[in-house]
Formats: sequence, structure tokens, C-alpha cells
Amino acid sequence: MIRASHISKQYGDVEAVRDISFEVKEGETLVLLGTSGCGKTTTLKMMNRLIEASSGTIEIDGKDIFTENPEQLRRTIGYVSQNNGLFPHFTVRENIGIVPKLLKWEQSEITRHTDRLLEQLRLPVREFASKYPDELSGGQKQRVAVARALIANPPVLLMDEPFGALDPVTRANLRQEFRELPELKRKTIVLVTHDVQEAFELGDHIAVMDKGRIVQSGTARQLLFNPANSFVSSFFDHQRLFLELNAFTFHDIWDSLPPEKVIGSGAVSADLSLWEGMQQLGAGQTELSVKRENEIRLVSQTLIFQSFNNYKNTR
Amino acid sequence: MTRQQSLWEFVVQQSDKLWSQTVAHVGLTCVSLVIAVMIGLPLGIWIARKDRLAWAVLGIAGVLQTIPSIALLGFLIPALGIGSLPAITALFLYALLPIIRNTYTGIRQVDPAVTEAARALGMNYWQVLFGVELPLALPVILAGVRTAAVINVGVATLAAYIAAGGLGEFIFGGIALNNTNMILAGAIPAALLAILIDQLLALVQKINLRKARLLLVVMPVLMLTLSGFYLIPIADVKLLGGFTPEFMGREDGYLGLKSKYKLNIPTVVISDAVMYKAAFEKKLDVISGYSTDGRLKAYDLITLKDDQHIFPPYYASPLIRREILEKYPELQPAIDQLAGQITDSVMTELNYKVDYLKASPEKVAADFLRSRGLFKEPRNGNKGQVRLGSKIFAEQYILISMYKILIEGNTELKTVSRTGLGGTKICFDALANNEIDMYPEYTGTGLLVILKPTPRQIQEVSSDPEKAFAFVQKEFEKEYRMQWLKPIGFNNAYALMMRKEQAQSLHINTITDLKNYLANDQPPH
Repeated sequence: MIRASHISKQYGDVEAVRDISFEVKEGETLVLLGTSGCGKTTTLKMMNRLIEASSGTIEIDGKDIFTENPEQLRRTIGYVSQNNGLFPHFTVRENIGIVPKLLKWEQSEITRHTDRLLEQLRLPVREFASKYPDELSGGQKQRVAVARALIANPPVLLMDEPFGALDPVTRANLRQEFRELPELKRKTIVLVTHDVQEAFELGDHIAVMDKGRIVQSGTARQLLFNPANSFVSSFFDHQRLFLELNAFTFHDIWDSLPPEKVIGSGAVSADLSLWEGMQQLGAGQTELSVKRENEIRLVSQTLIFQSFNNYKNTR
Repeated sequence: MTRQQSLWEFVVQQSDKLWSQTVAHVGLTCVSLVIAVMIGLPLGIWIARKDRLAWAVLGIAGVLQTIPSIALLGFLIPALGIGSLPAITALFLYALLPIIRNTYTGIRQVDPAVTEAARALGMNYWQVLFGVELPLALPVILAGVRTAAVINVGVATLAAYIAAGGLGEFIFGGIALNNTNMILAGAIPAALLAILIDQLLALVQKINLRKARLLLVVMPVLMLTLSGFYLIPIADVKLLGGFTPEFMGREDGYLGLKSKYKLNIPTVVISDAVMYKAAFEKKLDVISGYSTDGRLKAYDLITLKDDQHIFPPYYASPLIRREILEKYPELQPAIDQLAGQITDSVMTELNYKVDYLKASPEKVAADFLRSRGLFKEPRNGNKGQVRLGSKIFAEQYILISMYKILIEGNTELKTVSRTGLGGTKICFDALANNEIDMYPEYTGTGLLVILKPTPRQIQEVSSDPEKAFAFVQKEFEKEYRMQWLKPIGFNNAYALMMRKEQAQSLHINTITDLKNYLANDQPPH
């Protein structure tokens, strides 16, 4: 668990971060969302004391981080940055083994852990372990960076635009993979991004930041439908429809869909977001059967839109 | 004339000297390089973190770099004396800039994302420095060391000027003695050494970046080993001789001292420019000076009597191209006005004024001519031009200033001065190649350095100044179409000198006394 209370950071007269407080529960992911220069990266780096806070307190699992030795502290916090920060003069295996080496693990133990993580991240050991970072693609480098952050099994993970330097396709794939990685399921994560879609996909809670403050924090839906001010709502404006369709599942509109008796094969789960439903329909299909327990609904694009609008209006 | 010695024969004959000079050269280069790395590397790392200091440190190192090497040695002598200490200091200062600058650049160009990641993973300051920054900066740092090494191999030749040894002894000796073999015997190994060290470091630089960590250990060990050659202490000596490169290679110099007097004195090679001062400061005991040198008076030195006559007469005369005399017949009478005017003691006095009292040679020349009633205001004529050359020492500057006044005051000719033409070889070549028209030369130099007659001929002419002059005049006319005009009067011969007070306390008046003193009274071990 991470608890930050009233943290600020001043550079001379400039206040980069002003009186920020938040809490991340164990196993949850908090996303700091904002435009560049809003103070989100500064906030993140204060969590592992890469930047020292000017005032306020930060506790990780009940311990005040300012009383700890910064090097010791950082060895217990995973960190992934946008430009991967892999050591160019280290092989993939050496890069991943940095923290265990600092923690003085046995070499055989380091190798065992490294190789297991590499396989999990779809980087076959035989092919990749002895490569140097400049021989890897962007996506592969980022995976190694994630492996490096995870190797010592830290309870907390800090990620600064971890997919920011990747092309959209790789980014989407990696995000997907990342969500499914068992290693990450139990971690308490703080992730910084300026990508709303990424924030909604990965964050249990999202804190929108502007000019060094948290303007609003909450779930994706809260931010979408109850924006605290025009800054928050304007943040989502240019992709609002997509975000909203993504934020709803078929469960939300289930009651407004006409019942269907026939149980067809290949029905999709009602857990799917409306956007995902629309995507399936877009691929040449005009109708899609959706299943919840033993009920079935047959939907078309028009029907989804209608029900979605009804639902929004009646809320 | 005897057959010319080949370069190979020279090298074989001098292999002992060549070896010791090479060792000294490598030693000087490596010692200074190691010190420069030990100081420059931490300094470069430090300023890479203190941007405000960076420009100041790099600026100072840059200014040091622009000081001409010979001038830097000159600055260091008053503070550090002569020998290896000022030489190493100068080389160290030259090596500093490339090392600091490349360390600074190398560290600064390490991707900040990488160092930040290193810190974020929990590495401390030293782990980041040694594990990340230095290995990544190493190729750039090594490039700096490489530059510094090559600079140092070159500059180390100048160490021969201040009794620090090295291949400069052959190079400057060869230039002074007009001995191409000697020049090459110094210059070729120096060039090879530069290439070798450069390539060696290039090899180190090319070794896989990933093995860099090993290199951080191997390099200093190798350098220290090489430095060790130089730092082997030299045994204490009772009397130390300091001779110019030219004197060292001459039959009427060191070689003659050894063969005729059987003089056996430990020696270092040193530049004429610092030799007298070094003797005065008791860094040297016996030096090879010129008998009219002003510093003789300034530093209270006395000359030892050449009781076996190995130093031939060195009467100064204007040496001039015959074409210019034929072209401007009025030139010779003007120049000849100075003939016979200056005696040894007068010349010493004039030199003293310039060398020690820091009067300008032009003023000293004009004052002297006035006192003899020879001074005339320049006529500012434009009939033609006479190019006057000189070697780089005060006496020659004074003489050509006098000739300038005499020529411009008595003829419609103009003069231009090409001063500072180095030693005999450079002046003579300039004259032979029609780059200058005249310069003051000494009969002994003309005889021994340029004509190089057989030992028998030397024997014949060198005892009698008149004979020597006649011989030189005839040979130059025949060989080079150059004319020796009437001697100016003084005899600026080689002489061995000692501090007056030391010579008196040891009862040394002649070179034979010196030899006996050294032979009979070996220093205790």
C-alpha cells in the first residue's frame, strides 16, 4: 500500500507539484494522467526518491520512505521508464540481473529467475539472454525493462510512460500482455501516462493532474460522467464516444436489449465492452449473440447505439 | 673528405645512446601521461557534474595547451630547475586538456535515461560511476588519452633542452651539427614511438566495449610498468656536466674532451638557453659555453683554460653570398667598417647588456656604433634589399643590428632581418638556398660543421687563426660561392666553464686540472 500525504516539490520559485495526496491499495493500479509538464513524472519519482519531495510524507506498506536509505529503498521498488534505461554494455541477462546482484543473490539463483521471467515475457532465453539492448526491437527492450523491474519481486512498481516510446500496434499488444502477466496481478502499481485509453485500460483508479495538482481522481466512469471541471471533461472530448463505449459492458445495457430464445453457437460474453462488441460487428458481421448465464441477446450496431444512448439518458 | 657514414652505421655505433634516449623518451611520456590521467580523470568527472566550473577548468587547461612548449619549459625552469621534473610537469600540463575534455564529454554523453535507471535500480554513486558512466564513457576517454600520448611523444623531444634526456638529444644535436644521420636517428624512433603508442591505444579502444571493465585494470598497470623505466634513480655524482646537443657531437667538443683530455664526466644534454642559469644555481657544475657570452659575467662563471688546444678559433665574420656583393658593390665597404672593432671583452660586455640587463640588441648596437663614430642615420634608400639572417642568440642579434645600421646608413640599400634561424645548419641552408644574403658565422663552425675536413686538415689549420680563416675562405668560395668578409675581431670559441667560487676552491684552472680532479677523486659509494 502506498500513502502520499500533502507532498509538494519546489524548484526555486516554481512549484512543480503542489500538495498532492493519494492512496493506492495493495494490488491496485493508480494511473497519474495528465499533459506534459503537469507534474506527474515528478510525483512518480518522489515515490522512490529519485526526486526528493520538498514537503509531505510518503509511506509504503506503513513505512516512511524518507527514513530509509534511498538505495535500499529503490531496490525494493520496481521502476520502468519510457526510454527503458537498459545498460547498453550489459546483455539482456545482465540487465535483468542488476538488482539481484545488488542484493547479493547467488548467481545460479539470478539466472534461474531471469530465465523464468524471460520465458514469461515471450523472450526465449536461448535467443535473447546474450543479446545486447541495441540488438532488440523497441517492444523487446521494454519487456526486458519490465523484467528487470520485476525480478526481485518488489511489492510496488512505478512505471513512467512504460509504453510511450512504442508504435501504436506494439503498444496495444504489449499493454494487453501486461494486463495478463500473472507477475503484475498482485503488484501495487503507480503508472504515469498522457494516454487516456491506456489510463482507462490499466488503471483501477485514475488521478487527473494539471499544473502540479490532482484535479480529480476516481474510476474511469466517474471521470467520464461526473467530471469535476471543464479541464477534466475536455481531456476526454476528442475521443469521448470511444471511451464511453469502452467503459460500458453489455451488462450495463442488458435490460434494454430484446430477449432471444434461440441459443446459437459462438455467443460472446456480456463482460465484453460495447466497443469490443462493435469491433466484432464491424468485421463483416451484422448480428452478434451475447450470452449472460443462460440468457442470450442478439445485437446489431444500431441496437447497441440505441441502448447505449437510452442508458446514458436515463442515468 | 671521408666517406659519409650511413644512417645504419650511425645507429649501430650509437645504439647505447639511442636505447637510453628511447627509454627516457618512453619514460617521460608515460610518467606524465599517468599523472595526467590520475589528475585529469577525476577532474573531468567532477566538472561533468558541475556545469558552472566546467568552462573555467576547460578554459584554464585550454590556455595551458596554447602556450608554446619551449616557452612553457622556460616558465617552469625558475620554479622547478632543470631535468626530469620540469619536463614531466610540462608534458603533464599538455596532456591534461585532452584528458579532462574527453572525460567530461564522455561522461556527459552517457544517456541520462541510463544513469537514472541505474539509480532507480538502487545503485549508489560509486556503483553508477564505475558500473555505468565510466564504462560507457571509456571509448571517448581513451581517445583523449590517445591524443595526449601522441602530443607528449612529440613534445618530449624538447625535454632534451632542459637536461631531461629523450630522443631530442639526437634531433637537436643533429640540427646543430648539420648531421642528417643524427637527426634521423632521433626523429625516426620518435615518429615510430608516436605511431606505436597511438596504435596500441587504438587497439585498446577497439576492444569490445563489453570487456572495458577489465581494461580499467590493465591500462594503469601497463603504464606504470613503462613509467618505471624512467624512474630508476640515477646515482649521485660529484660533478655534473651539462652540454648542448651540438657540443656533445663535436670533435672540438665533448668528443675531443674524451679523446684528447681523457675527461670522464657524467653529463646531461641541455639547451644553451638555460645552461648558464643552471650552472649558477648549482644544478650543473661544468658547462660548455661560449667565451664571449654575456652570462659568463652575469653568473660569475670562469672559463677553464684549454691547455691542449682542442677548441679551434672561432673568429666571427660576416658570411655573405657572392652574387649580392657583385650586385651591390657598395655593400662590402659598409660591412667592413665593423672589421676589427670588437674584442672578446667588448663582445662579452655587449652580450651581457642584452642577455642580463635586458637591453634591446638594437639599442646596444646603436650605442656601440655611436661610441665608435660609426653611426649614421638611415638613408631610406630603395635601391634594393639585403636579407640579414641570424642564429638565435644575443650576439648574433647585436651583430645584425649593427650591420643593419651600417648598410642603411652608408648605402641606398634596405635591409630585412630574418632573426631566429635556429642553429648553424638552418642559417647555412637559408644562405645556400638564397633565402638570406648574409649572416654572422664563426670560422671554427664553418670549418668543422660545414666543411667537415679530414682530421689531418683540422690539425693543420686549427692551431693558427690566420690559417683557419684562409682555409675556410678558400673552401667556401670554391664550394658554395660564399664569401667570408674580414673578421670582426673577437674569438667566440667554445670553452668549459665552472662557477668561479667552486673552481677556485677545487683549484681547477685548466681542463687538465678538471680531468685530474675527476680521475683521482672518485665519489664515495
